[in-house]
Amino acid sequence: MPLSKADFAAVLLTLELASLTTLLLLLIGTPIAWWLARTQSKWKSPIGAIVALPLVLPPTVIGFYLLLSMGPHGVIGQLSQSLGLGTLTFTFTGLLIGSVFYSLPFVVQPLQNAFEALGRRPLEAAATLRAGPWDAFFTVVLPLAKPGFITAAILGFAHTVGEFGVVLMIGGNIPGKTQVASVQIYNHVEAMQYAQAHWLAGGMLVFSFIVLLALYSGRSSKRVWQ
Amino acid sequence: MHAVIAQTLLGLFAAVVLSSNALAEQVQVAVAANFTAPLQAIAAEFEKDTGHSVVASFGATGQLYAQIQNGAPFEVFFSADESTPAKLDSEGLGVSGSRFTYAVGTLVLWSAKPGYLDGSDAVLKANQYKHLAIANPQAAPYGLAATEVLDQLGLKAAVKGKLVEGQSISQAHQFVATGNAELGFVALSQVYKDGQLSSGSAWIVPAQMHTPIKQDALILKKGEHNRAAAALTEYLKGEKAAQIIKAYGYQL
Repeated sequence: MPLSKADFAAVLLTLELASLTTLLLLLIGTPIAWWLARTQSKWKSPIGAIVALPLVLPPTVIGFYLLLSMGPHGVIGQLSQSLGLGTLTFTFTGLLIGSVFYSLPFVVQPLQNAFEALGRRPLEAAATLRAGPWDAFFTVVLPLAKPGFITAAILGFAHTVGEFGVVLMIGGNIPGKTQVASVQIYNHVEAMQYAQAHWLAGGMLVFSFIVLLALYSGRSSKRVWQ
Repeated sequence: MHAVIAQTLLGLFAAVVLSSNALAEQVQVAVAANFTAPLQAIAAEFEKDTGHSVVASFGATGQLYAQIQNGAPFEVFFSADESTPAKLDSEGLGVSGSRFTYAVGTLVLWSAKPGYLDGSDAVLKANQYKHLAIANPQAAPYGLAATEVLDQLGLKAAVKGKLVEGQSISQAHQFVATGNAELGFVALSQVYKDGQLSSGSAWIVPAQMHTPIKQDALILKKGEHNRAAAALTEYLKGEKAAQIIKAYGYQL
């Protein structure tokens, strides 16, 4: 058996974290991307810059500030404690919050591009046909921006699977709770269990390639997704 | 005439600079995370006394081992245990006969909160905390010693689900220092200076509760012909280094 029980648990946990992160990001990211695509506000650039921050910040910076802010004296920590949730470091919820922030630009930016490419005309046409804003969003925007949504979901998911530094800094390496696949690979390497590290690392490599292959072949023949 | 004098002076100056450069060498060392602070203090004295310079990389012993095995440019290795330098030695990556114990580590249960720990294992046994930080026992000898202590106290089952692991003893300390874990097993050297606790509260674990943390150093093959490497290991055996090492809570 090349993968141990702990390895399987780590893979499952990774998939769970990535799925939930993607779902949350689609819910949070869609309105942000919509606003960024439409607004003339002077806040467009600063908000856009904040969304893009995780693209350039090293995970150690995000991990360090999450560790401090989620701690008992930090802003998030005080909030979560007053809600009776305790502190969120070393918990799955904590990782989820970290991942949502860390993968935010990978979901918002493709969506924003898709919304910008739509232009105003489809919505104006929908309005003349007396479609309400929600109706128009679901029957016009969603189908037209579908490739953007698929790209966003794939990138958000894949980027969360590839997360390492943030998890390492706030996770605490707890099996079944915060020990994701990338951290488990690191554990194997540290413990000099190179064979086990290979199985997980190789699997990760193949998985990432397939995801990106799907993404790029989908892009070059958009009909597949429309 | 003036030109000749100037030229001679310049020549002398160049000779002095060149010869001092030739005498003073640089040594690149890999250091177990627990020995970070004492090594920095020792290196400063060593540089002052000998003119050699020290470039240090800090990390978990297991991580440094993997790096050395894969060709990292380290010339001296200060491990947190005996077995890793012995393994490197047997793999032909060390200079034989250069291995020696430079310190014996002390494990401490530490909390950043003053008064939280009362110098005994009572808080650990009462089990009212949420998170107990240790270093990854597979990579860090202090983490292994911590699990031995928990075994010895019969708390292995009780701490399950409360144990959070740092990848090195530094990260375990970071979890406790930021208050994310109420308490954790760290190296005394991380929280101790000049013979006393520098912050928080602690229980210094009696040495007989775990396998002694004998920390060995080894000159690596890459440092075989570097005089600064030999000078540094000699310096660590000297009186000045011994004082610094003891001041950080190690035994010798």
